[in-house]
Amino acid sequence: MPQILVEDLAKTYRVAERDPGLLGAVRGLVHRRHRTVEALRDVSFSLEAGELLGFIGPNGAGKSTTIKILSGILKPDAGLVLVNGRVPFTDRIAHVSKIGVVFGQRTQLWWDLPVSEGFDLLADIYRVEPARYRANRDELVALLRLERVLDRPVRQLSLGQRMRAEIAAALLHEPDILFLDEPTIGLDAPSKLAVREVVRRLNRERGVTVLLTTHDMHDIEALAQRVIVIGHGQVLADSPFETLRANVLAERRLVVDFAHEAPEIIMAGVEIRSRQGQTLELAFDPARTPTPNLIAALAAAHEVVDIHVGEPAIEEVIARFYDLHGAGEA
Amino acid sequence: MNSLALLGRYYAASMRAQMQYPASAIMLGTGAFLVTIIDMLAVWALFDRFGQVQGWGLGDIAVFYGVISASFAITDFFTRGFDIFGSAFVKTGAFDRVLLRPRSPTLQLIGYEFRLSRFGRLAQALLVLFVGAALVDLQWTPEKAVLLAWTIAGGVALFAGLMVLQASFAFWTTESLEVFNVLTYGGVQAGQFPLSLYAGWFRNLLIFIVPIGCVAYYPVLALLDQPDPLGAPAWWLPTAPAMGFLFLAASFLAWRAGIARYTSTGS
Repeated sequence: MPQILVEDLAKTYRVAERDPGLLGAVRGLVHRRHRTVEALRDVSFSLEAGELLGFIGPNGAGKSTTIKILSGILKPDAGLVLVNGRVPFTDRIAHVSKIGVVFGQRTQLWWDLPVSEGFDLLADIYRVEPARYRANRDELVALLRLERVLDRPVRQLSLGQRMRAEIAAALLHEPDILFLDEPTIGLDAPSKLAVREVVRRLNRERGVTVLLTTHDMHDIEALAQRVIVIGHGQVLADSPFETLRANVLAERRLVVDFAHEAPEIIMAGVEIRSRQGQTLELAFDPARTPTPNLIAALAAAHEVVDIHVGEPAIEEVIARFYDLHGAGEA
Repeated sequence: MNSLALLGRYYAASMRAQMQYPASAIMLGTGAFLVTIIDMLAVWALFDRFGQVQGWGLGDIAVFYGVISASFAITDFFTRGFDIFGSAFVKTGAFDRVLLRPRSPTLQLIGYEFRLSRFGRLAQALLVLFVGAALVDLQWTPEKAVLLAWTIAGGVALFAGLMVLQASFAFWTTESLEVFNVLTYGGVQAGQFPLSLYAGWFRNLLIFIVPIGCVAYYPVLALLDQPDPLGAPAWWLPTAPAMGFLFLAASFLAWRAGIARYTSTGS
């Protein structure tokens, strides 16, 4: 049986609507109007132990709702959820002691306490045996390079330092599954790289199952073997990322530096995407125009200084995918 | 680690956090002491002018006041998490984090903060209580000491119940309802005078709806060896604080309904 099993999950929220202003507030007290928002309908997927799954979709698509249901803090209206054979929200305490959750926007540490004291407290909360705790903590501190921040109160940490501390905090009790909701949001480049490195190592070396949501497609590219795209509360795609890219955009890019002002190129199946002085970016379908043919033709006709082949940026792939499914920002 | 030991760890951490600003902690504590002393001075001025009100003297009132105020101060040490629950936990979604930990939400909220500054209020309450007892020449016996402890325990249960009820409402309103301060602070004010001074409807409110009278008036009568001028049977006077625990239990029913609502609607 898979470690995480989700079948026909559905969740609807009733949102109270209120007219703006004081009058609206008063009217809202007497007569409440409700709007129904379908956050999830018919979501199914499963995850084997040790997988690393990326969850992407526009804001309001249902990513966070899914994570909340999987972590046991929200009850679905319909459908089946089993994590490690348990129903998360009916068996909450047993369930949450085996998972780690990081919400990028919220802290789980104590604002006024030094990081190390927060860790100690978490070890007590999760009933981690002292020797195991010390070994775990030391390993995580080394892995996440937290030595220098251990004695500082959380409120004094930079966002990058705090996020690394958060990830360590979520792992002190050795969970089998890690849920990461936007773990790199707002981080600078070195912190993002550090976070990705840690997640990758945890997954490879310790076999921790990881489910991560993100808006940063580089996270997905760097980490996820498998991607689920969610939109309007439904699973739009569930495949390895490369398959997704190939299906959506069978397009290659060629960036060419010319010795002189970039020329006009008129060739069937080749489009000019951008032009900057002596550089052109061309888009083409390799099935129709094989890459070597295009390069040979360019080199024969013009004085070419440099050429490199690229793929469309991952953001473009996803944006195109949303367009295809009419799943823009909800 | 068991729940009680964990609570000790929570409080040690909370106190260390507060002691990061020691001046603030000391000033808050002293402030609470002084403000409540002024409270009592007003009562003293009243009785200095009129001597007695319906047969109750300053000493009696001081004992009523000390008991209810001590109950409230003790409750305030550990119920901060419930007090600010709406704005700090529901509105911000921080309650998610509480649910993500393998411990009961109640334990985590009690552990949220230990308010050192409440020592000022407790010190003042106990001072007034024992000065009042001396004024009425109360003879302390082991039975009376137990009765006092039981009365204050009932009061703590009642005020804790009010805090839990206030927090439960926040699941629906997402705000901490300041309206509840009428019941908590108002309860302390109302409880410091004997019930027999109040109009009938108000008396019933304080006995049957928010049973402040049961954790101050009745047991304090027993403490003062006075019969109830309203005619309650003698056995009832020391039994009444049990109502505080009943109130607390009822509040937890609302609390559970609130949590059920939260997990089905989200924040």
